[in-house]
Parts: sequence; C-alpha cells; structure tokens
Amino acid sequence: MAILTEQEAKKIIDKVLGYAKSDETFVSLSGDRTGNIRYARNSVSTSGETSNLSLGVTAVFGKKSGTATINEFDDASLEKTVRRAEEIARLAPENPEYVPMLGPQTYLKTGTFSESTDKITPEFRAKATFDSLDPCRQKNLTAAGYMEDTTGFSAIGNSKGLFGYNRSTGVDFSITVRTADGTGSGYAARDVNDVSKLSTKAATEVAMQKALASSTARALEPGKYTVILEPTASVELLRNMMGSMDARNADEGRSFLSKKGGGTRLGEKLFDERVTIYSDPMNPELPLDPFGGGGGRFGGGGGDGRPQEKVTWIEKGVVKNMYYSRFWAEKKGVKGVPPPGGVIMEGGTQSLADLIKSTDKGILVTRLWYIRAVDPQTLLYTGLTRDGTFYIENGQIKFPVKNFRFNESPVIMLNNLEALGKPVRAGGQLIPPMKIRDFTFTSLSDAV
Amino acid sequence: MTASIPVLGNMVAPELLLEPGVDTAVKKRLADVALNAAKSQGATYTDVRIGRYLQQFMFTREQKVQNIVNAESYGVGIRVIVDGTWGFAATSDVTPDAIAKCAQTAVAIAKANARVQTEPVVLAPQKGVGEVSWKTPIQKNAFEIPVQQKVDLLMKVNSEAMKNGGAFVTSNLFFVNEQKYFASTDGSYIDQDIHRIWPTFTVSAVDRVTGKFKTRDAISSPMGMGYEYLDGLTTEKIPAPNGLVGYRNSYDMVEDATLAAKQVKEKLTAKTVQPGKYDLVLDPNHLGLTIHESVGHPTELDRVLGYEANYAGTSFATLDKWKTKSFKYGSPLVNIVADKKQPHTLGAVGYDDEGVPSKEWNLIKDGVLVNYQAIRDQVAIIGEKESHGCCYADNWNSVQFQRMPNVSLKAGSEKRSVFDMIKGVEKGIYIIGRGSYSIDQQRYNFQFGGQLFYEIKNGEITGMLDDVAYQSNTQEFWNSCAQLCDKDDYRMFGSFFDGKGQPSQVSAVSHGSPTTRFNGVNVINTGRKI
Repeated sequence: MAILTEQEAKKIIDKVLGYAKSDETFVSLSGDRTGNIRYARNSVSTSGETSNLSLGVTAVFGKKSGTATINEFDDASLEKTVRRAEEIARLAPENPEYVPMLGPQTYLKTGTFSESTDKITPEFRAKATFDSLDPCRQKNLTAAGYMEDTTGFSAIGNSKGLFGYNRSTGVDFSITVRTADGTGSGYAARDVNDVSKLSTKAATEVAMQKALASSTARALEPGKYTVILEPTASVELLRNMMGSMDARNADEGRSFLSKKGGGTRLGEKLFDERVTIYSDPMNPELPLDPFGGGGGRFGGGGGDGRPQEKVTWIEKGVVKNMYYSRFWAEKKGVKGVPPPGGVIMEGGTQSLADLIKSTDKGILVTRLWYIRAVDPQTLLYTGLTRDGTFYIENGQIKFPVKNFRFNESPVIMLNNLEALGKPVRAGGQLIPPMKIRDFTFTSLSDAV
Repeated sequence: MTASIPVLGNMVAPELLLEPGVDTAVKKRLADVALNAAKSQGATYTDVRIGRYLQQFMFTREQKVQNIVNAESYGVGIRVIVDGTWGFAATSDVTPDAIAKCAQTAVAIAKANARVQTEPVVLAPQKGVGEVSWKTPIQKNAFEIPVQQKVDLLMKVNSEAMKNGGAFVTSNLFFVNEQKYFASTDGSYIDQDIHRIWPTFTVSAVDRVTGKFKTRDAISSPMGMGYEYLDGLTTEKIPAPNGLVGYRNSYDMVEDATLAAKQVKEKLTAKTVQPGKYDLVLDPNHLGLTIHESVGHPTELDRVLGYEANYAGTSFATLDKWKTKSFKYGSPLVNIVADKKQPHTLGAVGYDDEGVPSKEWNLIKDGVLVNYQAIRDQVAIIGEKESHGCCYADNWNSVQFQRMPNVSLKAGSEKRSVFDMIKGVEKGIYIIGRGSYSIDQQRYNFQFGGQLFYEIKNGEITGMLDDVAYQSNTQEFWNSCAQLCDKDDYRMFGSFFDGKGQPSQVSAVSHGSPTTRFNGVNVINTGRKI
C-alpha cells in the first residue's frame, strides 16, 4: 500500500482537489518503505523496517495558506484533511511573499528507480552485513557499519492542473573498521540508486586496508600542505558551498556571493578556470528527482513544483547561476532556478593513484569530519581529518600521519587547485579527487 | 552534534494539540496486549511505549510570518528481548490487533538478529514501579497560548531588532509536548507529560560599502518549562559587564533582541583578534556547548564501547583510564554531575524510556573521571547494578538508546560574580553565546567560536573583538580551569536538537554552569579574504 502507481496516486490527488473550496490547493502524496541494519563491535545491534504513506494538503485563500497532513486514505479522512488545511489557512497570518501556484509543468523522466533496490528483503540486508562483518572477523579487525535502503514514490498536483509523479530508490552504506588495538581506523561510504552496483564486501575491504595502513601514525607539524582530497573528504565542503548560492542572501549582502559596494558576484571569476560545476537530473551516475516534493522541511511550501533541469552553476571558474525562491525570482524579474538535488564537478581522467604518483610532497586526506561553518562571509569551515591520513613523498604513500584540524574555505581551496582526477559518486554528488596546494591545517588531534 | 530541525508527525490544526490524549486506563489495556503477545511468542523481556508527540514551531522574518507548523504523532513502539537479542517494531495503528501483530514482528526481528548476535544482552534489574505519573511542572501550557499572541511577540522582537540597527532578523518559537505511556514486564505503568520550549532569533547587520555582514543569535536557552519562560522576570536576570544580561529561568526576548541589534552593528567594526594565548572567561550560555561536546559526549558509555564508531565516533575517556580512579580530566575545581532531575531543564523527567526513575550522579569529581552515562544493557560493564536512567527515544517509532542526561559544571563555593572574575584577568577574552563548534571523533581536539567576544586587559573590558575561535585539547582545557563564579551566577544552556545514532534521532539536553575562567587557551584568528 505504501507504494502507489502513477494512476493510483493521480486518482487520490484528483479526489482531494475535488473536495477543495480554497482559492488554490496543492496536494503532495508520498510513500516509501525504508529498511536498515546497524552493527558495531562485529555484531548486529539494531535493525528495522518502516512503511509510510502520507498526504499533505496546502489550502490557500488570497495570501494565507495552511497545510494539513494525514496517513489515512478513506474518503472521509481525505475530506477532513482538506477542511482542516482550509481552516488553518483562514486563521493564518497573511504571507506578503506568497506567489500563486504554477500551472502544468513538463518533468523529465529521470532514472532514479531501480528494481533491484525495490526488491531488497531483510535476508538481503543480513547477507550484505555478513559480507561486511565476516572479513573483519577473519582479520581480527572491528567493524561498525550501517546500511539503509529505501524505495518510494512522490506525487504532486494542484488546482491549476499541475501533476507530477516519480519513483525512486536509494541505498546508503557506510563502514568503519578499526584495528583491535585501536591505533588504526578506516572508512568507506557508498550511495547508489541501484543496489546491484553496491558490494558491501568491496567497500569493507577498502576500509580494512585503510585501518591497517593508518595504524601507528606519526605527527607532522600543522601548517599549509599540498593535499589530495578523496571525494569522500571534499564532498561536504562542496555541498556546503553549493548550499550557500542562494540569490536572495547574495542580493541582501549576506553571502560569499555579495559584492563590496552592493550587488552580487554573478558573472565573476571566483575560482580556478578548471572548476566547472553543474547539475543534470538525467545523468545516469547521479539521477535526480525531476521536481521538488510537496512537503518541505517545515511541513509545507518547501517544494513548489518547479521542474529540475540541467543548470551550470560555475563554468571555468565563473559564477553562472544562483538559485532563487519563486518569490525572489519574481521580484527580481528573472526565471529563477530551484536549488539542485545534487551536483557534478567536472574532472580529468587521472585516477587517485595517478594524483598520488605525481605528488612530490603532500598529504592524502581520505575523510573530513565534524565540519562546521566558522565565517559565512568567507565560507571558512573547520573540521578534522579522520579514518586514514597519509604522508606522500616522491609519488608514494610513505607513512600514516596523525589527524589534523583544518580551517579552510572551499572558495580558497578551489583557487589553489593543482589537479583533478576522474569524478566518482560520493554523498549524493559526483566529485573528482582533487590535489590542492596550501590547504590550512591549524592543529593536531590525537583521535584515531 | 546538532541535528537539522526535525518535524515528527502529521500537520494538524492548533486546536487539536489541546485535545486530551487517550485515557490512562485504555493505554494500560493496550500496553498489556503488547506485553502478553510478546511473552507468548517467547520474549523474556518486553517494554511498550504508547506515545503522543506534539510540536508547534513558528518561523518569522522581519514583519512576516513564514511558517507555523503544528504536528502530532501518535503510535506504539514495542521492544523485546528474545534469545538475548533486541527486537523492535512500531505501528501507528493503536488497536489491540495491530499492537499484537507489532509485538510479533518485534519478536521475529529479534529471532532473526539472534543468528548474527555475538554479545547477548544483559539487562540490569529494575523493580517495577506500578502505576505512576509525572509531569513537567509548568505554569503556562505553551500550546494553550493563542497563536496570535505568539506572533505578536515575534513581531515585537523583530521590529525592535530592526529599529535598533538590524538589517534583517529571523525569530522562531519551538514548543514540544511528549505524552508518553511506558509499560514493561517488570510491572511498571508510567504516564508522563513532558514540556519543552525554545525561543530564539538571529539579527543580521550589513555594511554595503565594505561588503561585510555579521549576525548575533539570541542568548536564550531552551528549557524544560512552559510559556512562563517568556515572562522576562527581573528577578531572573543576572547583570554582566558592558550592559550584558544573563537570563536564568526567565527570558526577556524583546530586551535581548534590542541588545542584539546594537551589538551586531558593533561587530561590524570590532577589532580583529591577535592570535595567541589568552585567559578565557566563558559565560554559561557559551560554556554549555563546550561541556556538551567535551564532557557530555565522551562520557557516553555506548561511545566508549564502540557502538557509535561508524558515525559519531568513540571516546578518549576509555575504561582503562576510568579504572585507574586517578585520570585527571580537569583541575580539582572541576566537578561535573549528570542528572535527569534539575528543575526547568530539558533532561528533567520522572522516569526514562526504559522505566528507570531519574537520578543524579557524578561524572567528574574534584577533576577525576569517576563515572559514565549508562543504561540497563550497559551498566553491568562498569560494575554497577542499577541503570543511570538515561535511555530515550525521540518518538514512538524510534528505538530507545543511551542519550545524554543533563551534564553540568557545579558552581564554585567561594562568593564570586563575573565582575569579580574579570577584575583578576590580565590578558583575556570574555565570550558569550553559542557559535561555531567542532570536535574530533574521540573528543580530544576542539575549536569553538561564540556570539560576542570582549577583550580584557588588566582587569577591564576594553572593547569588542572579531574573528575569535579557541582551539584546545579536552584534558588540557579542563585542567586549565582556574576559577568558578558562585551559585548566583549558575544557569542553563541547552541543546534542543542533539543528534545521535543511525538512523539519527534527536534529544534535548541542558548544561548548567557558572561563568568560568580557563587560563592560557590558544586563540586563533578566523579572518580570511576571498
């Protein structure tokens, strides 16, 4: 019941719209089945499976809106939810920034759904876990990991004739392997739409190798170093930077894209010319939802039904696009694209091993952790290396090094670019391994 | 860690949040269905939580209400032990048939997991407490206050902030009510009604000419209180240098927003800090987060044991250090207690989510690590017979696990105000408010910012500083603790959405402390040019 077909979803949405008496009505309907399994100390700790099907109705009178949600689907419950949304809307304060709803839209048919992920069973999860645990037990290493899989659908519709439906699946897997004496730790993470592309065993082997190689790390003085950032290390910094490309904040003077003296830095070259970042919902390696959902983080208004399209955000180092709310786009008289669901950073053809080989002196960073904003003006972030950091000399990994705290801005980092490798999927983005000069480490950590 | 703002449940009309939940007698009957069903399937222990979780969140900017969320979530979570293995299942269908089926599912999951289990669960005994109830002692139920009254307050906050120099302002109110019914095969039937509140805002200032912008967040604390927290009682204000005000158990949101607007303008022209060693005077509204990250998390026994290794990490405060009974976590002035009892706190409950009555215990005594935070299936590992009572689940459909109780630094016994403390500092920085924070996965190395930084020279505040962050090592930092203000300065800091676990759950926790001095801490300059 949790996963409805397009026809079933449309039937419910049409029924709900039929009950509506408000000026405008938006309906979102989504369902999923999510399963997870968690393990630590080489043993399973918790696991579970949940199914959800829920409907949200946003009713609008003039510039007042109200949202109600429900997970019961008989006619009386559906009508009650519409009435409740209308009642909340009537009582709500007017929102001067309300923008009338969109009419019918054309959505891309993206490849977010995979049959193999849809068919995952508890036995599959247990087997995937065993494939990860067993090699660790054999080598006297300690594994802690987590796998979560989800299959679901999302449908939206409104009183102006808009309708969209999409099915998607996803699997997130992460594994931390530690040596028995606690001196080494390695990590690997994979995210896929299609579980047939995931081998928990292969990912675990990467983490095992890093755990063994990282034990008995030596201390290097903090300072500025040439670093090679694996995609798992750089993904959060890039995601944070892309999340700061809101046009309104830039126009209001409170963004790294705000310009001294007023205006924004749109069209300015802010990065090395090898930096090109775009989003493409049709990319087979990183398919994205064709529209934002109807729910949104705060229970309504988060998704507005705008289609996701291919958008270039940064081209050859130049800022090409910022994202807009519909209100701000209308106020500024621009088309205004929504924020992307994931981005692709162009890279080269070199492998991570090639990047290491071409490095005289540097540090290989496999993961960054506890990244927090220090200064939104410069996008300065702090955080630490974790689960395997290595010193490189004359093109070879020489020895593991103790973890560092860094204070660095992705804007500065993408100006100090030395080389880019072949992009791989990490944390919902496609990112190349990067060689960066003068990356700022400010202190040492004893953590393993 | 702090999680993003989670909305749990269905959006409903605000009136619905005032409807009484199901009668206790009915809940007892439903709970017994679960206990009996699980037992008949082979469970050796079962607990059931019938929970109704209510939230009202309000979001505004300038003179606009952006969103009001009213959410209700209602259902049942059943946890069982079969063959020494946990199983858990939950359902939103609160009927006898669905509950019995849910109990069977929990048993089936436990049986399936038993095959890959290598460490059978050992549960500390807990005597049943019979049919009891507990309520947060609130004076005003925030859900009963009309929405318009709350909107008016936020509009007043925003207009005062704008009037006093803010270029932009956002303000929010968060209210939570957990109506929880717990029953277990130990013979406990516990009905609890728990309230929490968090008023907060951010005021921004922009200088278009220089292109600079700065923000100042509220210095309120989330509390385990009702709407009375917003009364702004003068008796609960603690005066501080430079016109600053500390708020104890009553918060004046309009006054704080007015101050914030003036201060954020001053931040635009504040002097950039010279990096180096400084003596830090840390306000409770700042120090709470440092306590949370550098004492609260490392003394969670599940982290110490490795259960969080793949996500939040492990801990430097290992069992071998604790066993020496002489591990100097801090200077002899450092006494840190854990509790689920302090009035007005986020952690205060009658019983935890596995039926253990609330307690208070020492974590660090006279600077020495003496204990951890543990729940029923862990406490035997540290040689204790009773759980500490800090098990929590953020919803009926989440499985309960070890969560941080209130972790607080005791006030000093000598009479001392913040004015007295600053007088004795030659070269220092006075830091107020929660800023940027980051700590490694074993809780050694940390870096903290703040909201406001004041330079102290020869016992006096000379002006505001910018670009300040301090970096230290947990043990070094707490051993540099040099002076504490007294109990009159003691107040709460809180984390409303503390994240932990996979899948991630939130919890709310308070940290009490007095203003405290730390000597010779490394301060870095965070200013950059892009």
